[in-house]
Amino acid sequence: MAESGSSGKDQIDVRYVARLARLNVTEEEVRTFQRQLDHILSHVRQLNSLNLSGIEPTSHARLLTNVFRKDVAKPGLDREEVLRNAPSTANEQFAVPKIVE
Amino acid sequence: MPFNVANATVHDTLKLLDSRQCTSESVVRAVLDAIRRQDGEIGAYLSVDEEDGLRQAKAADKARSEGGKGRLLGIPIAVKDVLNVRGQPCTCASLILQGYVSPYDATAVARLRAEGAILLGRVNMDEFAMGSTTENSAFKITRNPWNRDCVPGGSSGGSAASVAGGEALAALGSDTGGSIRQPAAFCGCVGLKPSYGRISRYGLTAFASSLDQIGPLTHDVRDAALLLGVMAGVDERDSSSVDLPVPDYERSLTNDLRGMKLGLPREYFVAGMDRDVEKAIRAAVEQCRALGAEIIEVSLPHTEYAVATYYVVATAEASANLARFDGVRYGFRAGGAEDPIDMYSKTRAQGFGAEVKRRIILGTYVLSSGYYDAYYLSAQKVRTLIRNDFEAAFKQCDALLAPVSPTAAYRIGEKAGNPLQMYLGDILTVTANLAGICGLSVPCGLTGGGLPVGLQILGPAFKEENILRVGHAYEQRRGAFGLAAK
Repeated sequence: MAESGSSGKDQIDVRYVARLARLNVTEEEVRTFQRQLDHILSHVRQLNSLNLSGIEPTSHARLLTNVFRKDVAKPGLDREEVLRNAPSTANEQFAVPKIVE
Repeated sequence: MPFNVANATVHDTLKLLDSRQCTSESVVRAVLDAIRRQDGEIGAYLSVDEEDGLRQAKAADKARSEGGKGRLLGIPIAVKDVLNVRGQPCTCASLILQGYVSPYDATAVARLRAEGAILLGRVNMDEFAMGSTTENSAFKITRNPWNRDCVPGGSSGGSAASVAGGEALAALGSDTGGSIRQPAAFCGCVGLKPSYGRISRYGLTAFASSLDQIGPLTHDVRDAALLLGVMAGVDERDSSSVDLPVPDYERSLTNDLRGMKLGLPREYFVAGMDRDVEKAIRAAVEQCRALGAEIIEVSLPHTEYAVATYYVVATAEASANLARFDGVRYGFRAGGAEDPIDMYSKTRAQGFGAEVKRRIILGTYVLSSGYYDAYYLSAQKVRTLIRNDFEAAFKQCDALLAPVSPTAAYRIGEKAGNPLQMYLGDILTVTANLAGICGLSVPCGLTGGGLPVGLQILGPAFKEENILRVGHAYEQRRGAFGLAAK
């Protein structure tokens, strides 16, 4: 694996990754997470010491197959009850800050 | 007759209810009294709706007097705060879900309800089930009933502490990497992680969808068998639930282990294990031999890679699953946002705790362009190797015996500052989730310091009857265990 060396590419860019995850982080969090995640990733990199050529990846504990059911309409959750959990609603819908001008 | 809740099993209580020696109302009142008396110290519960509990109890008593049946009629069960129960909060011990009220029942919960169970109380956990100590709850810590300076384990720490502390007859938990088995071991109760697909995950707030399973924490193995039998089975709302017949698990419980072959995985007895833990496990193995089991040594050669594999797979899935907490549809929304992206980022920054943020960032990183192959794909391949290890082992034996954790419970705060050290403690439990097999934790003695040790019994996928049989036979030979039996 190309990433298994000790180049700068190995260091996780916490601020950038947090932005991908839509998560604001403070200066202090960046410092703490940087140290902790580098530590964790150095342990994780032991995976690359194994010869994994020809091994099939497992994405699920069991082989998944498509499950089909009859296409019949059924009552869903009660709209009023669901909207009661929303921080902001308008016209029986979830309301969010303006997206387009 | 007043009902004594400490160490009361579900199956014994059902006998008392059936023979009219007590009412469900008296059982629920006894549980509520125990909570009132002790929970200020233990902190197992996040919330309890007393009025609703008593209303459910009275309804159960009325149903029973009218000839109503139900395998759990009138039995109160505490629920980990990650499972939806209609009309109850489900915060996942996170600020981001504060104020949320479930509009529906999880399938496992609906099945308990259909058999007459009473859903009483929300128990504490690590935020979004991420942690091994319940210290990551946004609301409070939970203390180990055996030693209140120690953690109860996690993430189902509230479930384990409520049962072991005599504040619940039984509780539901969830197990993604050991979150039922490890707190059960730390608190000295029984914890069952069923095979992946055995119980529907519908209504379980998702952490890592390919690893999560719901399961019971109970006083004894018979109760675990009983609750599993009620909750197991295919569900059209969870396409990963498996359409296999649900055996009568209680019928598999015997008092001996004749004809069974049990394996000891060499790699699970390693340096670094607490000596008292190893002593208790070795003694339990000898008891199983005395019960008629043949003991063999087996190898799970990729065990040393399990923690690395698990923390890549689990955080990758978590980073996707937790994307739904964005302040739009439920829970908390941060104020002062200029646009939706700003709102998501602020809401998540203020709503999630440190461990959840750490895992979201790690999971996002291992899935990101340029790192996917090196981390995520490699972990998925090692997952195959770990699964193959178990397949080979189970060709030689019916179940495996091992410790649940390399140590007993430790002091509150002891590992809080070092996430990697905390993660490494999960090495003996994460493998079952990666492989999709079933596992059971049964108390098997105390350390010199007076803390419980858990014997882990692992079985092939959908062979819960094997591990329940071993656990039950061992438990009969071991004799009474628990704080009330001290």
